[in-house]
Amino acid sequence: MAWQADIGLEVHVQLRTRSKMFCGCPNAFGAEPNTQVCPVCLGYPGALPVANEEAIRLTVRAGLLLDSTINLASKFDRKNYFYPDQAKNYQISQYDQPLCSGGHLDFEVDGAPARVRLTRIHLEEDVAKNMHFEAASGIDFNRGGTPLMEIVTEPDLHTPEQALAFLQALKQVMQYGEISDCNLEQGNIRCDINCSVRRAGDSALGTKIEIKNMNTFRGVFRALQHEIPRQIRELEKGRPIVQETRRWDDDASRTESMRSKEDAHDYRYFPEPDLPPVRLDAAVVEGWRASLPELPAARRARFVTALGLPEYDAGVLVADKEVADFFEATLKAGAPAKAASNWIMTELMARMSATSEAISALRVTPAALASLIQMIESRVINGTTAKDVLGIVLAEGGDPKVLVQQRGLAQVSDAGAIEAFVAQVIAANEKSVRDYQAGKPAAFEFLVGQVMKLSRGKANPQLAREGLKKQLG
Amino acid sequence: MDALHAFTVGEAARHVREGTVTSVQLAEALLARIAKLDPTVGAYLSVDRDDVLRQARAADARRAKGETAPLLGVPIGVKDVLNVKGQPCTCGSQILAGYRAPYDATAIQRLREAGAVILGRLNMDEFAMGSSTENSSWQPTRNPWDTARVPGGSSGGSAAAVAADLALATLGTDTGGSIRQPAALCGCVGLKPTYGRISRYGLVAYASSLDQIGPLTKDVRDAALLLNAMAGPDPMDSTTLKAPPVDFTAALGRDLRGLKLGLPREYFIDGMDPEVERAVRDAVRQCEQLGATVVPVELPQTKYAIATYYIVATAEASANLARFDGVRYGLRVAGDDPIELYERTRAKGFGPEVKRRIILGTYVLSSGYYDAYYLRAQKVRSWIRAGFDEAFRRCDALLTPTSPTPAFRFGERTDDPLQMYLSDIFTVTVNLAGICGISVPCGFTGAGLPVGLQVIGPALGEETILRVAHAYEQSTDWHKRRPPLNNNG
Repeated sequence: MAWQADIGLEVHVQLRTRSKMFCGCPNAFGAEPNTQVCPVCLGYPGALPVANEEAIRLTVRAGLLLDSTINLASKFDRKNYFYPDQAKNYQISQYDQPLCSGGHLDFEVDGAPARVRLTRIHLEEDVAKNMHFEAASGIDFNRGGTPLMEIVTEPDLHTPEQALAFLQALKQVMQYGEISDCNLEQGNIRCDINCSVRRAGDSALGTKIEIKNMNTFRGVFRALQHEIPRQIRELEKGRPIVQETRRWDDDASRTESMRSKEDAHDYRYFPEPDLPPVRLDAAVVEGWRASLPELPAARRARFVTALGLPEYDAGVLVADKEVADFFEATLKAGAPAKAASNWIMTELMARMSATSEAISALRVTPAALASLIQMIESRVINGTTAKDVLGIVLAEGGDPKVLVQQRGLAQVSDAGAIEAFVAQVIAANEKSVRDYQAGKPAAFEFLVGQVMKLSRGKANPQLAREGLKKQLG
Repeated sequence: MDALHAFTVGEAARHVREGTVTSVQLAEALLARIAKLDPTVGAYLSVDRDDVLRQARAADARRAKGETAPLLGVPIGVKDVLNVKGQPCTCGSQILAGYRAPYDATAIQRLREAGAVILGRLNMDEFAMGSSTENSSWQPTRNPWDTARVPGGSSGGSAAAVAADLALATLGTDTGGSIRQPAALCGCVGLKPTYGRISRYGLVAYASSLDQIGPLTKDVRDAALLLNAMAGPDPMDSTTLKAPPVDFTAALGRDLRGLKLGLPREYFIDGMDPEVERAVRDAVRQCEQLGATVVPVELPQTKYAIATYYIVATAEASANLARFDGVRYGLRVAGDDPIELYERTRAKGFGPEVKRRIILGTYVLSSGYYDAYYLRAQKVRSWIRAGFDEAFRRCDALLTPTSPTPAFRFGERTDDPLQMYLSDIFTVTVNLAGICGISVPCGFTGAGLPVGLQVIGPALGEETILRVAHAYEQSTDWHKRRPPLNNNG
């Protein structure tokens, strides 16, 4: 009997704001523990929250990009529970009047279109980070009180692959909207999974299991790969699924129970009396709508139709907004699209994956890459030299044109000089010359290689071939 | 010249300005009187003598440089619930034993800017929960008019200090009557401004949607002076009102001609103390003599106010007090895990009334009970607000008793929380509606206990209630009487 899984996600996205959600402390990763704190985010007696307007704008922007309804009237609520990572023992969140309702995200799974509907998007404050040492625990409140946006989906996903593709597409939207840096290592995106299974054809959803605190997309994928068959095995053994919260143990590759429904918190939500309700001006929201960026899908289509890139290239480039921005800047600096795409997709992305650097961290600029490509196009250098020059730029920085000049790397296109190289090669390789004349084409390629070698790579390969053909008759 | 401790804020500020008295002289006079009389009264939890004198010297230096400021050099006492940087802030609770405030409340910062010298920490009911100051974890405060009786609460220390001339003026906070009721019971003036008039930043929250800081003073003009210094929007408190700055003393000194004052029938109830009722009715007649027209009004919502208050206030308190858990500051009683640490710390640190209210507040917010209690209370609250709106369409201000009884004896109501809660029956509605009220002395009982008249105004109606209270006060001498303490200090 066939089974179907139904998966919904609650995705927490850290927003790219300068300051925290309810105080002026910096919202920045990596500082010494407890150096970005104040009476407000430490929950000191008497301190009061003040809502960060930029965080509200970014959440609305996310809603606009995801076709949500923007609620002009919304409010903050207190979610009450005791835990050491919470300074006030309540979290300021949004309960029944979120900033955004509904919406959807269209994406592709293995080339097939898919759509996930959104339930809501709301804004809240992040908790601090608990750290456990041998004999004690510590709490770093630098993250405490930073703005956190929660995107809740309907249970429209059915496979681990779909969940992964959705998260990747959502990450792209967040990056394109400059809503979040989406740096997974820094915990910019985390999620909880809701997952149930039912027999194919059953109209009602099965009993759901929540898997909390997933920090990586790969973790989500693997957790679902294990959780779905686990639920099916249970049901096939005649053991009903009991609603509970589980955690994913990545090392053991299994989920384990955290708490049952009976132990579920009663969060005792009530409206936050320290903050007035949020009232958005419709005209302001329309202004935000007018300034929305182009989304990856539209950009990808434009790369194909307007720039003539292959679908594959377009997909690779837009997957990372910074890469696509770099690509477009390279075109603006004068490089043709296909050549720019080739260089970025091969040399630059190889470098990025080897060093785990973002494209913006590389020492090559779009202008430098464009000038390099222009030198190939105008035959100042050949492809081999260009790779060497790029290697130098990546390692040391610098202007490719200046490097080529200073190091004498310009291609030799002077007919007399090439004739001399050719003559020298023919004289030194009698056997290959005979083989060529006996009709072996490989021997010709060998001779071309020898000319290039003799010129230390600088000979114009086209002229070298022509010269050889001419002298060999 | 009067003894320095007997000055009003206005008199003291004028003397400092004119150079006839220094701030150090004022501070020393008060410190000496506190040392002599406060062992009897018990108003202060702590006084940092060196810090007070340092501030006073700084004020005198400012004066010497020719600076002027409305409260320059005037010492003002502060309820133990307001953060003053470097000073203790226990909120009358053991759970904050040893805690020192890391910052100044906005109200304190503004008093400093106005030149005030911040005097010691005044006793209160634990976390402002109570009406007699008997819920302080530290000490009782005695009513200067009869030391066998309570000063009222929760700002009992603030009221007793003003009444006993242990401060020229003090700050209190009022969530359900905690400024006005002790002011009435101690015979001083107590102003609860409109919600949002004064920033709550640095006021340790009891019930966030009801709490408001206000002055306790010897006369109405002083209340206006302190309000001048503290009022106004604050970027640190989103609930402050964006009202333009006003000189509240400008409304004083006028008679009551042209004003319509409402007398709500529901505030003269069966069972209220007959001497209190007589004093208030006399005050109402006095207002008529001063030119006011008195009209009967109805506030039928009044009977639901106490129940509504104890749902809204305790719900908010249950969340506000959750942060006192022993993890970051204050008392910590170790446990084997965080839950045990919370339980032990809170069991030891909170007193019985605070625990009662946390439990009540937790209950009314619980799943399955929220609609029946919290949501319903919010609806009644809107209805109470609407009732006042209706009343203020027919009059400019309301006259009521502040408290149904004069000061009661220690222990008289501690075994019966409901009886204690009824002390606030005439004051809580003002907080629920977010409007303003002031209590002004209006006579004494046969036993010599003060009685307070409450003047209630609409939101941002402080100028009106100050005008009424001032005109009434100036036509009597109740506010000039002093309690029979040893007064030679």
